[in-house]
Amino acid sequence: MAILRTPVWQAINWPGFSELERMRSDLDKLFRGLAEGVLTEPGAGVFPLTNVTEDKENYYVRAELPGIKAEDLDISVTGDGLSISGERKIAPAGQGARYHRKEREAGTFSRKITLPGQIDVEKAEASCSNGILTVLLPKAEATKPKQISVKTAD
Amino acid sequence: MTDQARTLEAKDKQEVGSPVEQTRAGLTFTPAVDIFETDEAITLMADMPGVKAEDLDIDLRRDTLTLTGETKTLEGPDEAPVLREFRTGRYVRQFALSDVIDQSRIEAEMSDGVLKLVLPKAQKAVPRKISVKAG
Repeated sequence: MAILRTPVWQAINWPGFSELERMRSDLDKLFRGLAEGVLTEPGAGVFPLTNVTEDKENYYVRAELPGIKAEDLDISVTGDGLSISGERKIAPAGQGARYHRKEREAGTFSRKITLPGQIDVEKAEASCSNGILTVLLPKAEATKPKQISVKTAD
Repeated sequence: MTDQARTLEAKDKQEVGSPVEQTRAGLTFTPAVDIFETDEAITLMADMPGVKAEDLDIDLRRDTLTLTGETKTLEGPDEAPVLREFRTGRYVRQFALSDVIDQSRIEAEMSDGVLKLVLPKAQKAVPRKISVKAG
């Protein structure tokens, strides 16, 4: 009985198969991304889209809020999270203006983000620059990783 | 405007399938824009969060306007991601302009990540009212 050891498609020189191969590698990439354990886009589906990172000392919450002034933002911090709300205003174009394109949107928003650990509410800081909001949330002492020295038994 | 107070919905950033092959590493996004026109000028508003005024390049050649905004990585080197909903990168968008623009009077202003670009029309492109005489 003849057993084909090489897959049939490698033997056939048909251009359609390279397209299938490309699709397969795209899917592989997608699953690898999911396996990394990091939530990738799409996220919660709530405006604004938010990135959260951490280092040993702090959590950093960042959001893209173009055209929103610091005074139009309302940020409050609780023990393990924060809420961001506000309104994005877009000045109307004025009398007699005709739109070619209107992709930017105005409106209100409100979002709550829960962090994986407790934070030091008193030391939280927020800043806005070039349309990006950065909230620095220092970790509470209990949440910070601690170095434990191992004693050697004599 | 009456619809001003509606609730904003999250929209994913538009990654570019660029007409020009990119020769630099990194992601490229399409900024959201508003374009409106009056008799005197065309005004373009573009959302480019993270772009500083000095990192923005506006290029007008013939009838093609190209906006390029460079951004820097927001995260510090020691930060590990917890939640990632958006990515950052360069903003690029091209526009074909039909009217003749007076290049000497173009004004650009960047504030809070929003570009406002005013392109005044050259005098010959400003429409004139033509009165029709009754015969």
